[in-house]
Amino acid sequence: MRRRFQWEPYILLLPSTVYLMLFFAWPMLQAFELAFRDENGVWTLEFIQRMVNDVNFWKAVRTTFILIVTIIPLQFLLALAMALLVNAKLRGSDLFVYIYALPLAISDLAAGIIWFAIFTERGYLNTVLYSLGILDQPYIFLNYQTAWPVVAVVLAEVWRATSIVMVVLVAGLQAIPREYDEAAQVFGAGWFTRLWRVTLPLLRPSIQVALILRTILAFQVFAVVLAVAGQALTVLAAEAYRWYGSWRNPHVAAAYAALILVLSLGTTVFYLRTLQVSEEVRV
Amino acid sequence: MRRYILLSVAAVLALLVLAACATPTPQVIRETVVVTKEVEKVVTKEVEKVVKETVVVTKEVEKVVEKVVTPTPVDYGKVLILSTQAKPVEEAEKMRGIVLRDFPGQAEFIPEDEGVLIDRVLAEKQAGKGSVDVLIALHGTYPVLLKEDALSDVSALMERLSDRGIPEAFVELGKLGTDTQYYIPVMQATYIFAANKQALEYLPEGADINALTWDELLQWAKNIYEATGQRKLGFPAGEKGLMHRFLEGYIYPSFTGGMVTNFRSDDAVAMWEFFQELWQYVNPQSVTYEFMQEPLLAEEVWVAFDHTARLINAFKERPDDFVAFPAPAGPKGRGFMPVIVGAAIPTTAPNRAGAEALIEYLTAPETQIAILREIGFFPVTNVDFPGYVSVGIRLEGEAVTKQAAAPDALPALLPVGLGARGGEFNKIYRDTFTRIVLNGEDIRTVLDEEAALLQEILDDTGAPCWPPDPPSDGPCQVK
Repeated sequence: MRRRFQWEPYILLLPSTVYLMLFFAWPMLQAFELAFRDENGVWTLEFIQRMVNDVNFWKAVRTTFILIVTIIPLQFLLALAMALLVNAKLRGSDLFVYIYALPLAISDLAAGIIWFAIFTERGYLNTVLYSLGILDQPYIFLNYQTAWPVVAVVLAEVWRATSIVMVVLVAGLQAIPREYDEAAQVFGAGWFTRLWRVTLPLLRPSIQVALILRTILAFQVFAVVLAVAGQALTVLAAEAYRWYGSWRNPHVAAAYAALILVLSLGTTVFYLRTLQVSEEVRV
Repeated sequence: MRRYILLSVAAVLALLVLAACATPTPQVIRETVVVTKEVEKVVTKEVEKVVKETVVVTKEVEKVVEKVVTPTPVDYGKVLILSTQAKPVEEAEKMRGIVLRDFPGQAEFIPEDEGVLIDRVLAEKQAGKGSVDVLIALHGTYPVLLKEDALSDVSALMERLSDRGIPEAFVELGKLGTDTQYYIPVMQATYIFAANKQALEYLPEGADINALTWDELLQWAKNIYEATGQRKLGFPAGEKGLMHRFLEGYIYPSFTGGMVTNFRSDDAVAMWEFFQELWQYVNPQSVTYEFMQEPLLAEEVWVAFDHTARLINAFKERPDDFVAFPAPAGPKGRGFMPVIVGAAIPTTAPNRAGAEALIEYLTAPETQIAILREIGFFPVTNVDFPGYVSVGIRLEGEAVTKQAAAPDALPALLPVGLGARGGEFNKIYRDTFTRIVLNGEDIRTVLDEEAALLQEILDDTGAPCWPPDPPSDGPCQVK
């Protein structure tokens, strides 16, 4: 007997589909149109050319990638350590979760301002170093001629967004049945072997999700950079913002937005391919 | 005695309630609340401290009675103001809470970016139905709106305000090159220098701080560096800083006599070479500075350039520690940028009477002083600074006057006629600065490349030259 066609799931999906179409897909298409079409409706590559030939373009690309390759590995190491600590169910480990999650509640701009207050010439860091007698006059950290602005942004981003990764990893860890670990223990595997051979492979789906989330967010990093480094650094999203808000050319801004979208999509596909999760690992 | 006071206060309270009931306009009710609070405060104080302050109380009460018994006779209703000025939250709050408080009507103050303001007014014009009554914007915003016929004639209002003493040159600017008045100048501002008094001892010999040259400024910053080992000069080159105004209106005109036409001239090359040299004594953290009052107060810098409104807190908080002085002069004069803010009425304004009353209110001497005190814009009308205007503001005011009245003054107007491309115009100056001064690229190459971009904007918009560049037929040309 043929099963009757089930309408319910589709009806239930409808609202969110409409929502996504209306507020994500449609504006996305419009952004592409804005990037490739001028006021007179002529399709053109002019804005892409202006973006690529702009003095800040390659600087922005470079900084964005530098931030991605430094921030993401750092965050993963830290987040994994934090997640394992939380998952070890030590006494008071709930408290760790709260402490770790605290920066999540702070907006990225506010986080940027906090780190600016630390690194600025008369900021906390200089005050501490000065009172310890290490410096005899304030050191200018946020000097565009040094690498310090990058360091400050990396620290701020790691502080701010590591807990997102941690939350995903903790969820993944908790879904791994204890039996695997116990079995490995019975066979005499040490802590590191168990982590490397049992936990991490089983954690792959979570790592994939976290990586995708983090990388997309890293392409969009913006407020922290502006707040901490001002004009000393520039990233892709900051250029998009400047072209829209300060230089007021929405076409070039849309070109940047489109580039960020393409890069995000590209990395997502890359992660999905390279970290392919086999059926049996899906817990 | 005490009972007598309490009784009289109670009587006043009752009177207030009656007065409030009799004319229930929102203005009066608000007043009443304030007054009641005041009276309450007085009462508590009295009960606590007793007797001595009797005189004060009676006076307070007298004032109170006077205030309430003469309620404002007219209510102009809701007046919606769209403004590109006083945009920071703090300033907007001061506009709402203090400057516009006594307007007889409900003045609704909405700060907006220039682009958004233009879009909204034009959209309302297209729809044929408006909600905005008054616009407050820079001179340069209005030509765009006039081109679309979105501004109404305010000549009659200007006529009524002729006794306010607005300078003729400013009134003329408000006509936007026509015979009709389109905006009323309501406030002005400019950019000046501020210095910590500790820096004064390093001033080069024989230099007059009120008539400095750029070379003297360089020597000054160098002296400070050599004495303290610190780079104590500061510029607002951060994200929202107004560095481009410094380049467009100060250093370019001072060295080349123009803003646009001599962009890539030999004078400009000399200017950039000078600026590279000067930059050795500029705090490298300048690329994060937005409002110079902050690094001045933190003493990260001792000498700084910025908009008067962005320096005012330094003068307000520590008037004894800072001095204000005019921008230095170069070979072609003392370039400076007066900023004229005008109020206009869109053709689609729903409350024309309210709009006119509001502009009239803005130009009243008390409002002009309130604007100066709260958001640091200087009066355009003849006002005597009353005693309660703080020393700091007076310091700035004097520097503003000295700068404008200097014999070699070379006023450079904000770009006119660029419309929405004004942002890209600014970008060219900032990029040129970044490339030459921060990145150390070759001056000639950068100037040629950026000049091409500049010319493109001028050609696209067809903007004729504006002062200090000589007038042009057709689009302004970079030589």
